[in-house]
Amino acid sequence: MARTLITVPRTARRDEIIEIRALVQHSMETGYRRSSEGDLLPRDLIRRFTCRFVPRVAANSSATSTAGDLIFAATFHAAIAANPYLSFNLRATTSGTLVFSWEGDNGLAQTETVSLLVA
Amino acid sequence: MKRRSFLASSAGLVASVIVRPVAAIEQSTVLTALVKEYAAGAVVREGRVKFDIARLVDNGNSVPVEVTVDSPMTPQQHVVGITLFNEKNPQNDVAQFSLSHLSGRARVATRIRLATTQQLVAVAKMNDGSCWTHTVEVLVTVSSCIEE
Repeated sequence: MARTLITVPRTARRDEIIEIRALVQHSMETGYRRSSEGDLLPRDLIRRFTCRFVPRVAANSSATSTAGDLIFAATFHAAIAANPYLSFNLRATTSGTLVFSWEGDNGLAQTETVSLLVA
Repeated sequence: MKRRSFLASSAGLVASVIVRPVAAIEQSTVLTALVKEYAAGAVVREGRVKFDIARLVDNGNSVPVEVTVDSPMTPQQHVVGITLFNEKNPQNDVAQFSLSHLSGRARVATRIRLATTQQLVAVAKMNDGSCWTHTVEVLVTVSSCIEE
């Protein structure tokens, strides 16, 4: 499991535009570098990042969507620095959960969730 | 060359570097081709995009970049994608970002690697299909990607 660091304000006013920052610990090995023995270091990259927003569903209503709305996605290549960092924005409309996912080489798949309260 | 004349000529060289205009750089053919392919037939224009990056980079291993696009980000009018290309890294792709009107602000920031002194371009694709670009030139003193 890679370590992640996600920064989201705990609460937001309705229609406020919040900043979301997400960082994941990863070497982002390009596949072009060589070790001290001269062997080519195999490529190991995070390829894809997505951030979804799942609105909080009222208890008595039938749940419509658990996947949520895609608010931001990124496709990474070797030119992204180690420990990929992203900062983007979201217009806060309702309370809910932000779902962050990273996918990459060697079967890397990690998901983190953060709840957002909109007053 | 006499020391005095050498100093005079090198001073002139420094001055010419400083007064070089910042705006309106000529986009390299590599980048033009990449942007054209990404646009897939749509009109590509310069403007509306702001590519924020240091013009002089000490260390190419981690270079902060920020791209902002002039867009109201409403359901009717918003940015759907931002793409970054480089000219001289081993691969020309840097990253592709997908946005929607839910974003509220057309902005993304990250950190990238730069192998050498080169040009970079940010392309924003709007929901009406039009593409807007901003090309920047960056001077890199310590490279990334290939070296240890």
